[in-house]
Amino acid sequence: MTFTTLAITLLFVLVPLLLSKALNLNLGKDTIIATVRSIIQLLIVGYILKFVFEGNQLIYILLMIALMIVAATLNARKKGESISGITWKIALTLLTVEIITMTVLVGFQVIPPTAQYVIPLSGMAIGNAMVLSILFLNRFKAEIEAYSDEVELILSLGGTPKQAIHRQLIAAIKASMIPTIESQKTIGLVQLPGMMSGQIIAGADPLQAVQFQLLVLFMLLSSAAISSVLLGFLSYPTLFNQQMQLIKEKFNPEN
Amino acid sequence: MNPINQPAICFENVYFTSNKQQILENISGKIAEAKITAFVGPSGAGKSTLLKMCNRLISQTSGKIEVFNQPIEQFNPIELRREVGISLQSAPMINGTVFDNLNLPKKLQQATLSTRDAITILKDVGLDETFLKKDAKNLSGGQKQRVSIARTLINKSKILLLDEITSALDPTATKEIEQLILSLNKKYNVTIILVTHNIEQAIAISDEIWVLMNGSLIEICASNQLKNSSNPQIQQFLSGVLK
Repeated sequence: MTFTTLAITLLFVLVPLLLSKALNLNLGKDTIIATVRSIIQLLIVGYILKFVFEGNQLIYILLMIALMIVAATLNARKKGESISGITWKIALTLLTVEIITMTVLVGFQVIPPTAQYVIPLSGMAIGNAMVLSILFLNRFKAEIEAYSDEVELILSLGGTPKQAIHRQLIAAIKASMIPTIESQKTIGLVQLPGMMSGQIIAGADPLQAVQFQLLVLFMLLSSAAISSVLLGFLSYPTLFNQQMQLIKEKFNPEN
Repeated sequence: MNPINQPAICFENVYFTSNKQQILENISGKIAEAKITAFVGPSGAGKSTLLKMCNRLISQTSGKIEVFNQPIEQFNPIELRREVGISLQSAPMINGTVFDNLNLPKKLQQATLSTRDAITILKDVGLDETFLKKDAKNLSGGQKQRVSIARTLINKSKILLLDEITSALDPTATKEIEQLILSLNKKYNVTIILVTHNIEQAIAISDEIWVLMNGSLIEICASNQLKNSSNPQIQQFLSGVLK
């Protein structure tokens, strides 16, 4: 595809802009910002990837992965401001997801250890873990706020912080994993996954595209489970002080 | 007022600040063992905060609290909370049956409550054994409070803290819970501290009353002496709540 043909696809952006103006949706500015940002960000990434792929040196691959983890951590941490040390906890979670994923994929020679494979798959694993972390943190906070009296009840009966927060922790872990599991149940029936579509458009054998897509799906399931469970168990102790009291200042309980 | 032989809880110059706001100021006093003490005062006086300090659900900012003559900080919070049980205002029930709720304190210690003990404790709070299998979330307010008290008693607490437990109940249920408090105090010889905004209730069932206003403890007196207090703040408060 040339840049000229790509420019023609900007016609698609005109549609929401015109609709926004006609219906007074007030989304024109956001649409333009989103379009410009996506062009700039993806072009930069494209050039960086081209450089890294051509260089194909381990240090570049590691730097790219580090950059992904930093960007994902900075994005996700906003949702967990009530948890002390949330930045390093998210970073450690994403790093663990990446290490486990790549150990399996490269270690068992499922993919070759080249930038072309490692970087896109790392991006998917880390990106999914980031979304899971955000979902988990949102739900965990909401659960504690809604059921703070239950937490207090268990503490008051001589329960440990872990026992007191158990129900909320499990509910948040489950809730954050459900979208990943549910979306996999209908995959291929409603829409073809992005990566598979991309490969097919680029001329790959559909069966091989399916194989890679399955690899990605299994990887995402594992990254979802690891990220919400690990982040959950890293997070909950900081919600209590040494006297085993729930630090209520961090929340806005309903009662 | 009778002198206190053995205080169950002793407060000495206790202060509590939250979000830069002074909630409790210079609280000193002794809670008599095996007696019923009521904390009364208008909303926002700091009654519930003081109550929750007795089992370290809240810690004082400064000052000293002793439980059975031992500084509260020396207790393991878990053991302290089993010894000083609390029934919360909302009587929260966990999902499940009344038995599941009664079994909760045991479950937290990796043990199980026997059905026989569950029936005994239910009878102590005026409920029969048919309640064991009922869904706890479907109980009435008064029944929830009874189960909540029974659940606290499973830990064989020596001190029982009751936080506004009749505030959401109708007059009949309130009277029944008041009788229950008196009978538990007698039967188990348990020290009871209750927070209430119901002055008549405090006078009727407690041995001693602590009056809190704006975070300060302004009076400690025998319950039958409260109405004779010469403190103008108390007289003003009583004239507002007593008809």
